[in-house]
Amino acid sequence: MDEICTGLCRLMVDSGAEAGLAQFVSLLVGVLLVSGVPLLTVILLIWIERKVAARIQDRIGPNRVGPIGLMQTFADLLKLLGKEDITPTSADRLLYNVAPLVSFASVVLIWAIVPFTPFHYGVDLEIGALFFVAVASFGTLAIMVAGWASNNKYALLGAFRVVSLLVSYEVPLVFALLVPVMLAGSMSMLDIVNAQSGMWFVVLSPLAFIIFYISSQAETGRAPFDLIEAESELVAGFNIEYSGMKFGMFFAAEFLHVFTNGILMALLFFGGWMGPFYYESPLIAFAWLGAKGGVIYLTTLWLRNTVPRLRIDQIMAFNWKFLVPLSIANIVLISLALKLLQELNLAPRQLIGASIIDMLPATIVLLLINGALTMYLLGILRRRGQEARREAQAAPAQFARATAATAD
Amino acid sequence: MELNAISIGFVVFTIFTLGGGFGVVTTRNLFQGTIWLMVSLFGVAGYFILLSAPFLAAVQILVYIGAIAILITFAVMLTRSVTRVKTRYIRLVPSLLASLALFLILIFGVTMPIFGGVSPELAPATVASTRDLGAALVDENGYVVPFLLASVLLTGAMIGAIFIARDDSA
Repeated sequence: MDEICTGLCRLMVDSGAEAGLAQFVSLLVGVLLVSGVPLLTVILLIWIERKVAARIQDRIGPNRVGPIGLMQTFADLLKLLGKEDITPTSADRLLYNVAPLVSFASVVLIWAIVPFTPFHYGVDLEIGALFFVAVASFGTLAIMVAGWASNNKYALLGAFRVVSLLVSYEVPLVFALLVPVMLAGSMSMLDIVNAQSGMWFVVLSPLAFIIFYISSQAETGRAPFDLIEAESELVAGFNIEYSGMKFGMFFAAEFLHVFTNGILMALLFFGGWMGPFYYESPLIAFAWLGAKGGVIYLTTLWLRNTVPRLRIDQIMAFNWKFLVPLSIANIVLISLALKLLQELNLAPRQLIGASIIDMLPATIVLLLINGALTMYLLGILRRRGQEARREAQAAPAQFARATAATAD
Repeated sequence: MELNAISIGFVVFTIFTLGGGFGVVTTRNLFQGTIWLMVSLFGVAGYFILLSAPFLAAVQILVYIGAIAILITFAVMLTRSVTRVKTRYIRLVPSLLASLALFLILIFGVTMPIFGGVSPELAPATVASTRDLGAALVDENGYVVPFLLASVLLTGAMIGAIFIARDDSA
């Protein structure tokens, strides 16, 4: 009990509260804090997202409500809350109403395992990385349920497309996640960050980071993978029947998911809170994590507003014929190289607390392997691109020949 | 049973498991049935957490809810008349007998020493960590042979599925 009861709980016990009650209250406060941070962040995130999108598209963005439009999201929130809550008559009432909640909960739950600083985290699960994957699968379920419960064929068709996309991209996502887990030798998020004291994992395996980045962009349904919305083709996809705050929940979940992925990538590949002077104060550590997550978040917004939407067959072919084989090859090569290096005593067996000098030989070897794999991949991509270009050039000629033949 | 976090958790997860199972067999709507199945499986994941096996709990959610249940949903949606199942299964007596027999076999199997019984050694005092579980799977004194056999079996099943589904004309 003494070990569990620290901080606020200790304070309450010292001032005469019952031990069990004090522990319960301090746990409750912790849960509220951990789930409250993302809930409040999302309001600001929507403003940032709209502002960035506007700047990229040469607009100003929200600028009327409050200073530089900061209060715009609050106005939108009030509007959404004031809207009539419509449930279609033929919809499945229970499932229709549960789906937005599950969608949002699946993102907020991820924050339980995010270590903000070396000492401040919701919970340090032994299976942290696996927990993230398991919880994320609830999001897929929510979309399926929403699409079906709406009793609308466009919603259902949208849900089918999205679920097949999400299920497919989960495969490379998990394989890429396996690389930091393998390097750190632990699934706990705290251990994964601590294991990067010598060298960030993005340097050890840049390919795993790129795979993770692409598949998490797909998991959040952002361009070029924005089949979820695809306004021009599906009217609005799975959430066509939703209105008011229930619609708002799906959107809040999406906005928050993008930022959560930024934070996760910062933790898994960019050393989390590691940075100059992070040990001086938890606030500095927290600021490092926020800065790293924020930069990654901004790049995803940049990507989203720059590239066009891909067709579903292109997305699927890219995943199954390129990303999945690549992620498997990456795992095999890295695990082999790591084991060899450890046998030759060139890499530390325990990465936690290793210095940059311990990590130097391993870093060079792993970087070389990654570079060789990248060169090979670029060769494949170049060949595929040339083939596609030849076909595209040959097509009009064939068409001309065919029309000439019929004219004769 | 004293009232603490574990017993409350046990009651909650039992309600999830049994309630979900009840929902599966009573609903006339196949899609709702799959959702109830997921609720039930979620309850089972809760049991794993109560038994200090968080790894198995996460795998339960990942594999059963994240993969298999989604697959079932797709299969259900491809069948006709998802929401209006007209046929009724009315042979109550045989199904009652069968379920009772299964229940009794399970109860006896767990409590009576038919399959060797529960010896104290099987329930070690120390809680095995995920690391121990992983080590046991690749340890030659542990479960490396069953582990490899299962891998071969799964690979075989996958190749078989691809072979059957392959378009011969291509």
